[in-house]
Amino acid sequence: MAAYRYPQPRASEITPRSYFLSRRAVMAGVVGTTLALAGSEQVAQAATGTAQNASGWPAPEKPTPQNDVTHYNNFYEFGTDKGDPAELSGAFKPLPWSVQIDGLVDNPRTWALEDLLKQFGQEERLYRMRCVEAWSMVIPWNGFSLAALLKAAAPKMGARYVAFTSVLRPSEMPGQRRGLFALKWPYVEGLRLDEAMHPLTLLATGVYGEALPTQNGAPIRLVVPWKYGFKGIKSITRITVTDRQPPTSWNLMAPEEYGFYANVNPAVDHPRWSQASEQIIGEGSLFHTARKPTQLFNGYAEQVAGLYQGMDLRKDF
Amino acid sequence: MSSIPSPRRRRSRFSPVTRQVLLYLFFLLPAAMDIAQGMAGTLGPNPTSACLHDFGRYAFRFLLVSLAVTPLKRFVGVDIMLYRRPLGLLAFTYAALHVFFYVVVARHLDTHILWQDFSSRPFLTFGVLTFLILAALASTSTRRAIRALGRKWSPLHKLAYLAMIFACIHYSIAFKTWHVEPFIYTVIAICVLALRMVPRSARRKV
Repeated sequence: MAAYRYPQPRASEITPRSYFLSRRAVMAGVVGTTLALAGSEQVAQAATGTAQNASGWPAPEKPTPQNDVTHYNNFYEFGTDKGDPAELSGAFKPLPWSVQIDGLVDNPRTWALEDLLKQFGQEERLYRMRCVEAWSMVIPWNGFSLAALLKAAAPKMGARYVAFTSVLRPSEMPGQRRGLFALKWPYVEGLRLDEAMHPLTLLATGVYGEALPTQNGAPIRLVVPWKYGFKGIKSITRITVTDRQPPTSWNLMAPEEYGFYANVNPAVDHPRWSQASEQIIGEGSLFHTARKPTQLFNGYAEQVAGLYQGMDLRKDF
Repeated sequence: MSSIPSPRRRRSRFSPVTRQVLLYLFFLLPAAMDIAQGMAGTLGPNPTSACLHDFGRYAFRFLLVSLAVTPLKRFVGVDIMLYRRPLGLLAFTYAALHVFFYVVVARHLDTHILWQDFSSRPFLTFGVLTFLILAALASTSTRRAIRALGRKWSPLHKLAYLAMIFACIHYSIAFKTWHVEPFIYTVIAICVLALRMVPRSARRKV
């Protein structure tokens, strides 16, 4: 797959290679290297030898430490505390997994996870992640473009949106047993078709070169780096191409607070807090948090601003 | 129950004031532990917000406990009146730490961000009001202030109940969804208020 260009790092912010490689004892491999999800360790070890050659390894900013990426999560299916998903997701056994693609497509199909990986492979994408709660990370995902899967499904004329549905397993997900003190389950999300087809839009199956841990949305999740994190629906079971704007979980919960688009925008505040800046997770100290100004479209304006030409981003927040 | 055994006074080797101070110091331990862990890097990926939230919860807990002292004595017969003041001061101390972590550590004293926060987030308004009340009560809790205020002291310190109500609102609407914990605290607060409403004459019948 042709490399897609996206914002690159300032040299000063790049973690020294040796440091980064050593922390990833299990190396995912270079850009474009494909991994089998299960048993990825053997493949990864085989790829370690080629890691030194990865001089072109793209790194927008300093990646957030792996332990923070996997222990500071919003995944309300497991609980509302940031530590809950890592702590309380042990009962969730995602494999075997399949994803159903249906709706306005010529080739509806239920894909086994292995077949998705075999067909579309995995590449590494280092993306910024901006949570609507005004904190951010930089995360090395592994996965493939949603566009590739959608092209295989072949959307019909009149298709305008893509709806996503997450998993519903109350017996394995304590957050789904909380009744009124929760969202409505299963979690649902949606994108406009052109957003879904954008090359930045990723279906992630791994992080830091390893299969997605349960707390990060195992085994397959959406990553839309120019939107607030809640758009990145986790543990996807179904993708439906449709002609109307699909419902989205947080919008159903509080429509005046969480829009359908949810594009990162420092000029459009959340009704209850400012979005002008963000806390950088993994940096700073107990008595001094690290903060930085938030960028329009999370720094991906050059790539995605065109999708929203002529729209009032205050109205369609 | 006709006879609640009156608590026997056990002799303590410490004077009442010493006991008050010891209780206060003992319950500063959770704060010390959080800060020690935060500095050691074992408080998770966001130690600042862990401290911020822990201290807020402790402030609320001590406020509830300090307001439960009177009903405990009236209806249960447990007399910990001696500790009401240190418990109230603990509520204020934790509230002050909570505010410090928000204003200084999380927001870097940035007046622009703080103004935006305070003007757009109703839950913060209730938080500020709660803190102002607690500060007023803490500063009038010295023996000298009690004497100087005379009869006015008691109605002034009834504001603690208002602080409790504001704290319930502050905590309940601080989250993106309804949470169980603030709900539990609110139920306790309602019980405390309800017991306060029981007329004095009914004391012996309960």
